[in-house]
Amino acid sequence: MTATHHHGAPAAMPPSQSTPAWKLLLTLALAGALSGWLVVSVYKVTLPAVQKYAAEQVNAAVHEVLKAPARWDTLYLVGNTLTRTAPAKPDLADIPKAFVGFDASGRRLGVAVTAAEPGFQELLTLMIGFEPPTGTVIGFKVLDQKETPGLGDKIERDTAFGGQFAGRMAPLTGVKGRAGKPPSEVQTITGATISSRAVIRIINNAIAKWRPLLEAWDREGAR
Amino acid sequence: MTAVASGPPVTAPEFVPGAPPPASLAADVWRGISRENPVLVQFLGMCPTMAVTNTLANGFAMGIATLFVLVCSGLLVSLFRKYIAHEVRITAFILIIATFVTLADMILAATFPTISKALGPFMPLIVANCLLLGRAEAFAAKVGPVRAVADGFGMGMGFTLSLSLLSAIRELLGRGSLLNHDLLGPRFEPWVFMVMPPGGFLTLGIALLGLAFIIEIRRRRARRAA
Repeated sequence: MTATHHHGAPAAMPPSQSTPAWKLLLTLALAGALSGWLVVSVYKVTLPAVQKYAAEQVNAAVHEVLKAPARWDTLYLVGNTLTRTAPAKPDLADIPKAFVGFDASGRRLGVAVTAAEPGFQELLTLMIGFEPPTGTVIGFKVLDQKETPGLGDKIERDTAFGGQFAGRMAPLTGVKGRAGKPPSEVQTITGATISSRAVIRIINNAIAKWRPLLEAWDREGAR
Repeated sequence: MTAVASGPPVTAPEFVPGAPPPASLAADVWRGISRENPVLVQFLGMCPTMAVTNTLANGFAMGIATLFVLVCSGLLVSLFRKYIAHEVRITAFILIIATFVTLADMILAATFPTISKALGPFMPLIVANCLLLGRAEAFAAKVGPVRAVADGFGMGMGFTLSLSLLSAIRELLGRGSLLNHDLLGPRFEPWVFMVMPPGGFLTLGIALLGLAFIIEIRRRRARRAA
């Protein structure tokens, strides 16, 4: 090629014999197979821990929003009706569920459901406990939120805000600057008005959606 | 940069164009922490630097996850450097990096689910951190596995320390706490904007200013001594 054979000079000449295509394919195929195998192995190892954590989260949330029920039943929403039998779907996590909680004497305490709607900037997921006959809120818990740290995320940490909901009746309305009056007012958090209103909206919508379903379930159970 | 096909094995003693000059292992580690710090000097990985340094736990976890990926991908890239053809090296490097990022993501989700939730999409986005492909291409692909691991560890430590510093400042001023422990008491009104995106830029700017100041003082001292 060039006459100058400088050892360290930037060699701009194209590689004289390029690697054959089958070799490139083989390299990438082997690398892909190896990485796929690694990912699947670690996924299998970590899956039980991940599922256990998710189940623990749900259990803790049901426990909290229904004020420590002695036990609870799980109802699955299939189509437009509730059923006690789990549908034969691969992933039960995606099916909407209602957790019906009872105290030690078998009296029904209320029902817990999860609901997700946009908050200030991302989907806000709550678990909501309420009494279906009256629409009275028992409590709520934030399962997932990406609200502004220090402002909107107070909906999760501000106990004064979270504490107001117990005993209030849906549909709730948010008020600013003064204490919320019974039966259905709650005071929004200063600096987190939008996130507070999102919580109120999600609770109202969830109760409006689940009440008729649960009433229908009660009628059929009574029949 | 002089990128040349590693191609078929050549009989000449190992000469890799653009290879880093020989150095002790300690120097390989120390470089990433100090003179070539990924965040404060090279300005790599700015996206996670801004996004997840709102609390110390998040910044530290992101740093450690990146360190894990840097060390593992550096080791693999170095081990396979002679078998990865020049034409597909970027694809192969990214594949290796993506694999370890996925592993780190899954391991974190199984061990520290709350931190994993807080880091959210930024965990899988480590793949797109220039630091990783940069070290694979510029260093790990050109040296033996021991040096590659040392370099990955140093760069990872540099990344972790920088992120921890930034996130400690932001959490302390923005929430009055460190690692969720209240430090400044109830009378301190948190500077909320510090944990929001503008606070990230401000903190990084001030950190760089401080660094430039230290460098300048050292230079003057050296000049006076000379």
